[in-house]
Amino acid sequence: MRLFLAFIAGGLFGAGLLISGMTDTKKLQDWLDIFGDWDPTLTFVMGGAIIPMAVAWRLTKTRAPLVGGDFQTPQEPKLERKLILGSVLFGLGWGLVGLCPGPTLASLSFGGWANITFILAMLVGMIVTPKIGQYIDTNPVAE
Amino acid sequence: MEHDWILGLIGGLLIGLGGAVYLLGNGRIMGASGIVGGLVDGTGRSSWVERVIFIAGLVVLPALILPFLSGSQTHLTQNPALLIPAGLLVGIGTRLANGCTSGHGVCGISRLSLRGIVATLIYVLAGVITMIVFRQTLGWI
Repeated sequence: MRLFLAFIAGGLFGAGLLISGMTDTKKLQDWLDIFGDWDPTLTFVMGGAIIPMAVAWRLTKTRAPLVGGDFQTPQEPKLERKLILGSVLFGLGWGLVGLCPGPTLASLSFGGWANITFILAMLVGMIVTPKIGQYIDTNPVAE
Repeated sequence: MEHDWILGLIGGLLIGLGGAVYLLGNGRIMGASGIVGGLVDGTGRSSWVERVIFIAGLVVLPALILPFLSGSQTHLTQNPALLIPAGLLVGIGTRLANGCTSGHGVCGISRLSLRGIVATLIYVLAGVITMIVFRQTLGWI
């Protein structure tokens, strides 16, 4: 059941990304390019995605996960340096080519070598991040 | 195209539905960078099968519906001098921040999470500045 639901969730996510046009790097970059020929699509995608999720969060208050166990607890509302710095780096990479982690995986079947190159670089980045995170945690900002 | 926003809304609802299934079914937050990152850095070892199956769905479903869609599905650059730095930045950035567009954006904003909202504002702003510098000013992308 757990694995079946994981496949369905991943499948809905992938189908939604493709149908909404979010695997198209041009639509992403044109949404970010507010001084160019602005493309509003991502606004509608975000709006559409937030509706079922908001309902789902509400339902978590009165029930347990279908497969049992507990809900994964979100992190404490703390705005640490890693959140800020990480988001800056992510936004820079996202803008440069118009890909983020979900869409690049959803593009695996048609994105060709360029997409695979991006995925491999992303995985390398993910593997080295714990080291970078440790460095940031142990080295406070100089006064 | 003029009806892109309708497809955007429909696709968005499907994305949110996927997140709802993952949350209410498996009790987990649907964040692409977390699901993948936990596989490669070892932090998600205990739930690796669930992660792999989720990614399988994410890869396979688009492949199945692709033949029914018209037009090109991507305009990805072929330039490795952009692809490699961008991939590294996305990998490092999303794992440092512990979330990307799905985790912080969709799942975070929908529960009015402070971290999700702040992270989303920052990476969108960074993306906007990237377009101003690299497209509007330098003309590289």
